[in-house]
Amino acid sequence: MENKRKLNKRTWFSMPYILWIIGFTVIPLLVIFQDAFVTPEGGFTAQNVLAIFEPVHLKSMLLSLEIALACTLICMLLAYPLVLALRRLKLGRQGFLLFVLILPMWMNFILRLLAWQMILSKNGILNMLLGFIGISPLPIANTWISILIGVVYDYLPFMILPIYNAIAEIDEDIIEAAKDLGAGGFTIFKKIILPLSVPGLLSGIVMVFVPSMTSFVVSDVLGGGKIQLIGNVIEQEFTKNVDWNLGSGLSVSLMIFVLISMAFTMKNDPEGKESAIW
Amino acid sequence: MKKRIIAAVLAGCMCITLLYGCGNSKKADNGKDSLTLFNYGEYIDPDVLDQFTEETGIEIKYEEALTPEEMYTKYKSGAIKYDLMCTSDYMIQKLIDEGELQKIDINSMEYKDNIDQKYWKLSNDIDPGNQYSVPYFWGTVGILYNTKKVKEPIDSWEVLFNHEYSGEIIMQNSIRDLYMVALKYLGYSLNTEDEDELRAAQNLLLEQKADVQAYLVDEARDEVVAENAVMAVIYSGEAYLGEEYNEDLAYVIPKEGSNLWVDSWCVTKYCKNPENAETFLNFLCRDDIAQKNFDYIYYSTPNNAVIDSLPEEDKNNEALVPSEDATDNCEVSKKLPDDTTKLMNYLWKELKAE
Repeated sequence: MENKRKLNKRTWFSMPYILWIIGFTVIPLLVIFQDAFVTPEGGFTAQNVLAIFEPVHLKSMLLSLEIALACTLICMLLAYPLVLALRRLKLGRQGFLLFVLILPMWMNFILRLLAWQMILSKNGILNMLLGFIGISPLPIANTWISILIGVVYDYLPFMILPIYNAIAEIDEDIIEAAKDLGAGGFTIFKKIILPLSVPGLLSGIVMVFVPSMTSFVVSDVLGGGKIQLIGNVIEQEFTKNVDWNLGSGLSVSLMIFVLISMAFTMKNDPEGKESAIW
Repeated sequence: MKKRIIAAVLAGCMCITLLYGCGNSKKADNGKDSLTLFNYGEYIDPDVLDQFTEETGIEIKYEEALTPEEMYTKYKSGAIKYDLMCTSDYMIQKLIDEGELQKIDINSMEYKDNIDQKYWKLSNDIDPGNQYSVPYFWGTVGILYNTKKVKEPIDSWEVLFNHEYSGEIIMQNSIRDLYMVALKYLGYSLNTEDEDELRAAQNLLLEQKADVQAYLVDEARDEVVAENAVMAVIYSGEAYLGEEYNEDLAYVIPKEGSNLWVDSWCVTKYCKNPENAETFLNFLCRDDIAQKNFDYIYYSTPNNAVIDSLPEEDKNNEALVPSEDATDNCEVSKKLPDDTTKLMNYLWKELKAE
């Protein structure tokens, strides 16, 4: 009896969340799924979802995949040394450095991208600085490199924070013990820190890989319209080509693809536990 | 228990959506003294709207969109019942064909003669008999270039395709405006429905892509002004502003011809008070109001009263008042059949994926 009442109370507490999920996730998803499987005349078709295998779409999809993978990898490589350095610092300094890392996120995302556009453009700040030290200008603007820089910059904090959380929890005693038994720095990293940080790493991967895979604003602003990711194709189908069915179909296949890659990541989780961030 | 709660919530949501939907349509019914306008961004002087309300007591609700396609999508979704819409040539034709517009009693408009006969004739191409639309602004598409960085003055689309200015070219990032350039250069009509001609344009653009710095819309002007690029395909109104910011810039309508565009106001089938809508259209044509909008937007105006009051140097500016010679080979974009639109969308994706 007591138990049941508690349960009820808890259910009521979750109401706002349930309403939110239904209104802004479930219903829109249902609409997209419905649009994906019908023709403009209303008949059933799987054409829109299978359209991902058309060469133009597949090409954009693969490019998105490459950029997302490269972005995830670079974020990982940048995050670990930073987090290890953070761990050595005193708590107050750690807090301050994390704060500095998060600070740019207080500014609007598009604004930050526009800043990168200024930095990377042909007569931009980067090429101006290179000019001072006598290096010829780098033609980075409007290439996939500038898109990669954009996504790495934007999503790096989402890799750092979960890894930091996982590594900060590692008991100092364990590391002391390893040292006592003669383990060197690399062995400690390989045998202790890396395995114990896996849950954080996994949620970091998800939070970096998925948005960089599906993004279209970054390629719009930093790609100069020359680079087409799958997100751009979908956006165009909705806003320019007025083909919501194809747009929805491609979104559904993109979702399926992301789910598959996530299932793959989760399967490789040796502990079977996930960091609860996502 | 859990299931029942979820079911109840779902049902509740549906009721709310339904009620909201009904409430909305009722509101539109009794909007006796208000007009809902739909326009491009920054495409009317906000003071003009206030002045209209002050003079007539008709309240204005104002909505904006970026592209004709976006407007069409929003209009068709029916979420907002727009009374008046300002959009571009081929889109107006599409709306007329789909029966979305109401006829306007243009002859009863006091200031209709402010719009030069030339522009009524132009608009006749997309709106036969001038029954549905009132021209608002117009212009051309051409090349804005930096006179200090080219060897000789430009007069042809050829400079975009001869690899001489590799990496210095900005093209338009919208389907019709991009393909128009290649089609015109090849000597075809920009309204072509011929697949071979479109494929030929595609090959040209594919070959050109390596030379293109970027495909942009709004930023094209700024990039040339900032001298990040030597030339850009651009709308005449934007070009005029570019020349104001950087005096080394010049605008040309290439000799092969180009696109001549007209943006016009039209009344949708949802408008319950056509008299109010006509009052508004007439108001826009009035000398002082047209002048105000012109000062705000600085695109080519079809309004004689405004053109007459222009200073001499502006009257001779190709970007502001294109000469008859320059617009001789120009064409208005017409609505294309669905198959052609589909093909162009596909070619566009193919070009972008390259």
